[in-house]
Order: sequence, then structure tokens, then C-alpha cells
Amino acid sequence: MSVTVASEWLNSCSGCEISLVDLGERLLDVLQHVEFVHIPVLMDHKYFGQTGEKPHLDIPEADVGIISGGIRNEEHAEIAAHLRSRCKIIIALGTCATHGGIPALANSFPVQDLLERCFTTETTDENPKIFEPPVPPLLDVCSALDEQIAVDVYLPGCPPHPDQLFSALTALLDGRTPELPSKSVCDTCPTVREGKGKLTKLRRFLQNPHYQNPGEPLDKMRCLLEQGFLCMGPVTKAGCGGDAKTPRCIAARVPCRGCYGPVRHDGNPMLDMLNALASNGIDVKSLPEFPSLLRFAGAHRLLRPSRRRNERRVSP
Amino acid sequence: MSRLIHIQPITRIEGHASIQIQLDDAGEVRDARVNIMSLRGFEKFIEGKPAEEVPRIVSRICGICPWMHHLASNKAVDRCFGVTPPPAAQKLRELMQTIAHAEDKLLHFFFLAAADFVIGPDADYSVRNVIGIAKAHPELAQKVVRMRHGAKMILEKFAGKAIHPIAGVVGGFSKPMLEEDRREILGQMRELLDFALFTLDFAKTKVFPPYLETIQSLGVIRTGFIGTVDDTGALNLYDGRIRLMKPDGSFTEFDVQDYADYLGEHVEAYSYAKMPYAKIWNEGFCLDENDPRGIYRANTLARLNVADRISTPRAQAELEEFREKFGRPAQATLLYHWARLIEEVYACEHAIELLEDPAICDPHVRAEVQPRAGRGVGSVEAPRGTLIHDYSTDDNGLITRANLIVGTTHNIAPMNLSVKQAAKSIIHKGVVDQGLLNRVEMAVRAYDP
Repeated sequence: MSVTVASEWLNSCSGCEISLVDLGERLLDVLQHVEFVHIPVLMDHKYFGQTGEKPHLDIPEADVGIISGGIRNEEHAEIAAHLRSRCKIIIALGTCATHGGIPALANSFPVQDLLERCFTTETTDENPKIFEPPVPPLLDVCSALDEQIAVDVYLPGCPPHPDQLFSALTALLDGRTPELPSKSVCDTCPTVREGKGKLTKLRRFLQNPHYQNPGEPLDKMRCLLEQGFLCMGPVTKAGCGGDAKTPRCIAARVPCRGCYGPVRHDGNPMLDMLNALASNGIDVKSLPEFPSLLRFAGAHRLLRPSRRRNERRVSP
Repeated sequence: MSRLIHIQPITRIEGHASIQIQLDDAGEVRDARVNIMSLRGFEKFIEGKPAEEVPRIVSRICGICPWMHHLASNKAVDRCFGVTPPPAAQKLRELMQTIAHAEDKLLHFFFLAAADFVIGPDADYSVRNVIGIAKAHPELAQKVVRMRHGAKMILEKFAGKAIHPIAGVVGGFSKPMLEEDRREILGQMRELLDFALFTLDFAKTKVFPPYLETIQSLGVIRTGFIGTVDDTGALNLYDGRIRLMKPDGSFTEFDVQDYADYLGEHVEAYSYAKMPYAKIWNEGFCLDENDPRGIYRANTLARLNVADRISTPRAQAELEEFREKFGRPAQATLLYHWARLIEEVYACEHAIELLEDPAICDPHVRAEVQPRAGRGVGSVEAPRGTLIHDYSTDDNGLITRANLIVGTTHNIAPMNLSVKQAAKSIIHKGVVDQGLLNRVEMAVRAYDP
């Protein structure tokens, strides 16, 4: 039996869709059982009929609606609501859809400041910074999907690993609800935690971590947080390594920045991380700024413009 | 009766765009434009962020070409902090970028563009796509999927993340390459080169021939071109001088640090994307198809037009054949596809060159670096064109100001011209159907990554 799928991308970069393509040959198997009725990146189904003849947005009904990206403008809001009305199950695909993702960093600034800067850069000709239809007006904030419509399944990740997409799609085809890891990135990290040392400050990632020789396996390298680098592993949902488990950034010997969003769906990675650091005796003022700790989870009103318009620091 | 046709959204491209075609009382095309519908505001919201973190933030501008933003950003931050990455780090960055290019071109050609040619521009939308290709040509599809996926997995296996990379770091690269990595990737890239040559041959013999007339007419406009060349004038995707060519083929070159003297950005109320133009030509900006001013194009065809030659043998032979057929600069918009497949051959050959140099395995891959106040411009050739990141930092190394000129945007103005040209030549007496409108979209698709 085949499952019908309608797919849309909103305030997104297409990375989630490319991750789907990165299923590789498994994609061809999935396509045997999935019938796409709407997916702009791959298929020419149009919003208002094939020649623009319909007065209203019309995406066909589908068993599953897959939406990547958060909601940034009026068109996104309209499409999200329409898909909700046409699909039995809505999947929020990727961290932009589940928690706002990188584009929700914009929530640190009033929307007017965004337009002001983007359209007055040193190379931009003078212009009124006013846009007309069909260009959709920006909303005040960049939201996660569930701030505007009900979401049934969350698949975070920037992007979600193809292995996870494959198991989620397989589960849906079998009529099961996909299961997500409930652990943290640290729980799947092979590096060595000694749990001792008198770390009082964190260093910026301006040098590579220490390990004995270029080929040394990750399970011999000391935990990057214990080496003094900010690593968001403790407060970030596991899963980025796919079936191989090893977190992807750690595999490149680079600290985690939280791209799978908080361990608990409604967690606040910035507060949780600062609390964890402080309770271990680490001076959080050694960090150059705090909003970056919410760089993947700035929706749900967690990131807001600071009252004093001093954008450097948002006090926790 | 005059009316407006709105193609929404433009499909099988990366991004959010639509086309508006205005018909007059006789049903002839009065005007046509491309609307870019999304704005996220990266130029604003990276302000205040530690510069060394920015290369792993701006990658999210594009999920198809994240390596390009990642590396242009790393180059800009290196300059802000006054650091030069060690040679092995530069080679690793370039290798990753080159492999990403090789993967991207297969994705674009087979997954996004080919359906218009292989299935046909007038076929029903339900089969005019990669799924339709997979059903019609299952063996080819399997091979394409396997080869593209293989290239992508090289990036993931060696550099941790293939989409939204993290391995480029200020001052260099996050890890060295081992001899066993080098040998394994070299073998894979040799296999990919064979496939690239097969693909180009397949396109030249089976895909393009029935459409040669369409190629020479659909969306054809006359513009200048931009691209990066090395100090011998050869195509370079990773580094070099920016060459800006006029429609007549004459050109100037500049260091990307001086880009603001050469390029301006025009704004139209119907598009969030700005429209870069050649300010240095001193003719202003004009989208009138009979009198375009300041308009140049970027991306594959542009790079092949501005380069005097290609440094690798197979791609150079293909370039010679291409020039023989279409001249220099070649202006036909659909030739972007052909040029893309020549660049695919170059990317594979060049990756092999980089991997054949054992110095790429030097364990010294990151220079010492301290945050400081500075200004830096970094650029690379992204699949869609010359990508420029320009940052300033404060004493603590936090971003105070950013200006980005993204590859795609160079082509927004020419896309408008191409769409207008295509619509005017195809749509008459108010008659439209999905096949005709798809042909108008093909004029946009050519410019995609």
C-alpha cells in the first residue's frame, strides 16, 4: 500500500530535503511506497493550479505532510495552515521547523532592524525598503511550526541524519509512530570523560583540541568540554550520528553547537547549559556572549530583542 | 483583456520564487518578472556573534551549497583575525569545496533539471521529475543515485558533516587527512571522474541534441559575466582574482577585497533578493530588455566564459569543443547545463590533482589565532556564482557588520531578463498551458546551482 505525501519548505535552506536525497539508494526503495502529491523541490505541482487559474491555494490531500523550516512570513503561515487542513499527520522536519533553527537568531532583533540592515549595506543602492505583493510581508518573529499549527511528529536536526529519516519514513509506512532518541549527545559521544580537573573558564574554539596523533581514535580523545571548549552536547538531543551513533561534529573533532535542539522538546538550551557550567564551578562570563547558545532554539519566544538594544548580551 | 499569470511557486529550484507574467489586451506579454519571496536576515543577525562561530552559522544560508558559505566565511574571518592557514589546511578546504561542487552538479543535472529534457518540457507534471526519470530509466537512476551519494558520503566520512559543515575553522581545518583517507578518496574520485565523463557524453549525445534549437533560443539574452580565475587566467573555484567581463568579451580583474568598488546592488519592490550589477561600468542599472545596463551573469556558463582556459586536460578539451560550437562569451541561457557538466569534469580532475599531492596529509592544519578588530572579505565560486562574505570585527572578535553577496543574487537581474525573453517568445494571443509555462520556468532553472 502506498502512502501519499505532501512536502513543503518554509523558512528553510533546503538542507533537510537534501538530507532526504542523501538516503542514497534507500530513497529509491522509499519511492516505491510513497506517492508525492506536492513537493516543490522535486515536482512541478503549483499552489494555484498548473496555470495559476485557481483563486485559492490548493495542495492535494495527503496522508502525511512533511514541513521543513519555521514560519517567518505570511505566506509560510498560510501554507502551514493549509497543509494542516489537508494532511492526517504533520511532521516537523528539521530544527527550523521544531525550534526555529539558525534563522530564529533573527528574533534577537526587531524585524525593522533586519530590513534596515539588509537593504542599506554598503553596496546597496538607496531604496524605500518597502515591498509589494506577491512578496509576503515578514511576521514579527520567526516561529517554530507548533507555535502556529498542531504538529504530530518532530524530527529535529540541522539537518536530520538520513538514517533517522529512513527509520522515521519506514515507521510511517508501517503505520507506526517514529521513535526519537531521548538521550543527550554526550550519551552517544565516545570521547573520554575523566570527571576531574579544575576547569574554571571556557576557551573559544580558536585552536584544535588536543589528542596524541592524527590517527588517534575518538575514544582516546578527552571530552572537548573537559578540554575547556564550550560543547553543547550535555543539553542537546542525540541522534545526529545516525546509525553509527558518533556525533557528527565530534567526528570532525569539533564541539557540538546544539543542532538537534534541546533534549526535552520544551527545554531551554541556554539556561540549561549555563546552569550546568555554573554548577561545575565554571565562570559563565568566560563565554563571549550568550545568544549563540540559543542559535538552534530561538523560537518559542526564547530569543527576544533586548530592551536596551544592546545585542551583545542577553542576560540569562 | 489584460491579465496577470502567476506561476507560483517556481519548482525544481532551490529556494522560494515565483514568476508574474503580465499580458496586454491582445494577450501578448507586456512584462514578466521573477519574485524572490524569502528573507531571513543573515546580514543582521550574525552581528554580535563571535566571528569564529560564524562559518558554522552562515552555512545555513543554503543547504545545497553550505560548503561554499562555510569556506567564504572562514576566509573572511581568517582575514579579520589576520591569520593565514597552513598549506595542508588550504588544500583540505579546497578539496572539500571541489568535491561538494562535483556532487552538486550531479544533483542539479539529474534531480532538478534533466526531467525537462529526458521526460520532456511538455510532459505532465506528475512524471516530469526525478521520480519519473527513475521509473523510465531505472538503471541510470540507480547509478546516478549511487555515484552522487558516494561523493556526498566522502564529505561526511572525512569531515563529519556533509550538510552544514563544521570542519573549516578559523586558521585552518579541524583535522588532518590520514594516508589511508587520501588513498580511499582518491579511488572514489577517479571513479567519479569516469561517471562525469559518461554524464557529459550522455548529455551531448542523448539529452541535448533534440533541444539544440531550444537551447539557442529560450531565454537568450546578452549580458556580461563574472567569475574567478587564477593568475594565469585559468578557471579557479576556490581562490583567485574576480574577472568581470562585458558583453563584448572585454574584461577587468579585481581583488575581492575591493568588490564594493566594482559591484552595486539594486533593489526592486517585487523581490526580497537584491540585484547586483556592475557599478564599475558607470552605466547604472536597467532591466529593459532592449537596453539592459549593468547586467552580468554568474554561475557555470559565466565561469567558462571569463576563464581563458581550464587547467585540467579533459575539461580543457571539452571547453575547446564548447567554444568552437558556441563562441566566447557564449550567451544562450540553456548552455548553463552544458557548462555545468564541463565543470563537473574539472571538479573531479582537480580533486584528483589535490589528492595526488602527499602534502595534503601534513598534520599541521591550523595556525595560531587570536581574536582582534579587523575587516575581511572572503570569496569562493559557489555553484550559483561568485560568493562574497565581508565582515568587520571588534577588539573581542565579535562581528560588528556584515555584507554578503550571494551567488544566486548575481543572476536575479538576468533571470528577469531571461524570463521576459522566454515569455515574450512563447506566449501569444493569451494562450497558455502548463507546458508553455514550464518552458518559461526552464529559463530560471538553468541558473540554479
